[in-house]
Amino acid sequence: MKPFDRHARRKLLSHTIAVLSGLTVIAVLYPLVSIIYEAFALGGGVLFQTRFFTAVPPNACSAISCQTVGIGPDIVGTLILIGIASGISVPVGVLAAIFASEYRAKGLGRAISFTADVLTGVPSIIMGAFIYGYFVIYYPTIAYSAYTGGLALSAIMTPIVVRTTEEGLRVVPNSVREAALALGITKWKATLRIVLVAALPAVATGVLLAVMRAAGEAAPLLFTALGSNLYPTGLGHPIGALPLLIYFFALSPYSNQVKVAWGATLFLLLLILIVNIVSRLMIHRMKVRMGGA
Amino acid sequence: MLSGDKIRTEHLTAYYGPKPAITDVTLGFAEHAVSAIIGPSGCGKSTLIRCLNRMHETVARTRVEGQVVLDGEDIYQLDPVRVRRRVGMVFQKPNPFVTMSIYNNVSAALRFNGRPSREETDRQVVRSLQQAALWDEVKDRIDAPAVSLSGGQQQRLCIARALAAEPEVLLMDEPCSALDPIATAKIEELIKKLKEEYTVIIVTHNMQQAARVADNTAFMYIGKLIEFGPTEELFERPKESLTEAYITGRFG
Repeated sequence: MKPFDRHARRKLLSHTIAVLSGLTVIAVLYPLVSIIYEAFALGGGVLFQTRFFTAVPPNACSAISCQTVGIGPDIVGTLILIGIASGISVPVGVLAAIFASEYRAKGLGRAISFTADVLTGVPSIIMGAFIYGYFVIYYPTIAYSAYTGGLALSAIMTPIVVRTTEEGLRVVPNSVREAALALGITKWKATLRIVLVAALPAVATGVLLAVMRAAGEAAPLLFTALGSNLYPTGLGHPIGALPLLIYFFALSPYSNQVKVAWGATLFLLLLILIVNIVSRLMIHRMKVRMGGA
Repeated sequence: MLSGDKIRTEHLTAYYGPKPAITDVTLGFAEHAVSAIIGPSGCGKSTLIRCLNRMHETVARTRVEGQVVLDGEDIYQLDPVRVRRRVGMVFQKPNPFVTMSIYNNVSAALRFNGRPSREETDRQVVRSLQQAALWDEVKDRIDAPAVSLSGGQQQRLCIARALAAEPEVLLMDEPCSALDPIATAKIEELIKKLKEEYTVIIVTHNMQQAARVADNTAFMYIGKLIEFGPTEELFERPKESLTEAYITGRFG
């Protein structure tokens, strides 16, 4: 074969691969763009009505004049559930990560990382089912409540917090630990107040990642938080959540409820987007202040 | 053993896993003097000084046999945290706490190890920075991040940080190896002054540096102490042929 032919063939191959990989980018981006577009097209009008964020969800109604507000109880519910879940996951996850990374007792630390990895892969509906199963037997009166919903979400959040915190701690150079110990600072103080502080941007990223993941989960809440169309009156009762509302209303035959589901979808999307952007800015600033960046 | 030794090792053997890094080292360091430990890379000089403040054992699967005696007490019978407050250390690479300001770096030992008053802390920070010959360069930006300093300044900051803990002994593990000649000269100047108040032990691979700053010098080779004595004697009239070979540059 002549060298010229070989060159032409190589060029053709290179172009083909470039075009193919370009097409896959479109395939990857298409769903995301389409979700955002649809959410704006179908939810935009609903979202910016007065009282959309405060009113209770509408009853089933098929007339044109039917109400298409609101998602108030579900916003409050999601905040409460995330609050409970974070209250459990952040301390437990961070301490487990510290143990795994800083106090590596033989094998136990690796067992923690491995368990966290496995837990991350467990389908979230199983977390909900497990917690429901436990509570319905031992504490049946609160099987459907903010407590069980929060626990189910914390089961999803904890492994994420553990893994990201652990990675963050590993990146802190060993010279920092040595410097602290050599000053006669006790191990736990050095760990909590120097090493963990240096890993704080990573910890914050992990917590926000976990919060965003949990905020969008419907499956683990199906048999725990259960959902409610009323503002919560206590933590021991069923409680609403945005993903649950979306799940129930999207399947509704009544167009007003379907519209509210679209409004809630757009709201959840925007919320996650805003939290993402704000947290990135915060973390960047934290890193700059620490002199890293 | 010479009297007047602040800290000494007795038949000290230190292991990484099953392998000893130093074997049967018996060596005394005089009070208010600078002692240097020289030797080729991997001879165990860093391991030796890391045993003097019990930092060696912070690495997994390490072990120490023998004794390290500080003011007549075996430090391996004491609380390691207390030992490290009395025996400070400066590392090879400047390692300031990157999340902290200059002020907070210097005051770290005070703040984390006790509850000093603000005035007391201020006084100690100024004093330590002056001792480390850094005060004039940083007095206008004491709250700036530690990482905004140059490498040489960072190392002097680490010295100030160690001094602020008010140690009796100061260990320096190749403190100038990451620095340029001007910064090195400043640190050497500093070391000579520090011996008035502290017992200084410095590890260096640079023989000229040992000759310039140290009163006594120890030569180590493959984990063993070969020779120890007044610096001038060791360099001009070495007793061991190995020492002579090393200082005349025939190996290492």
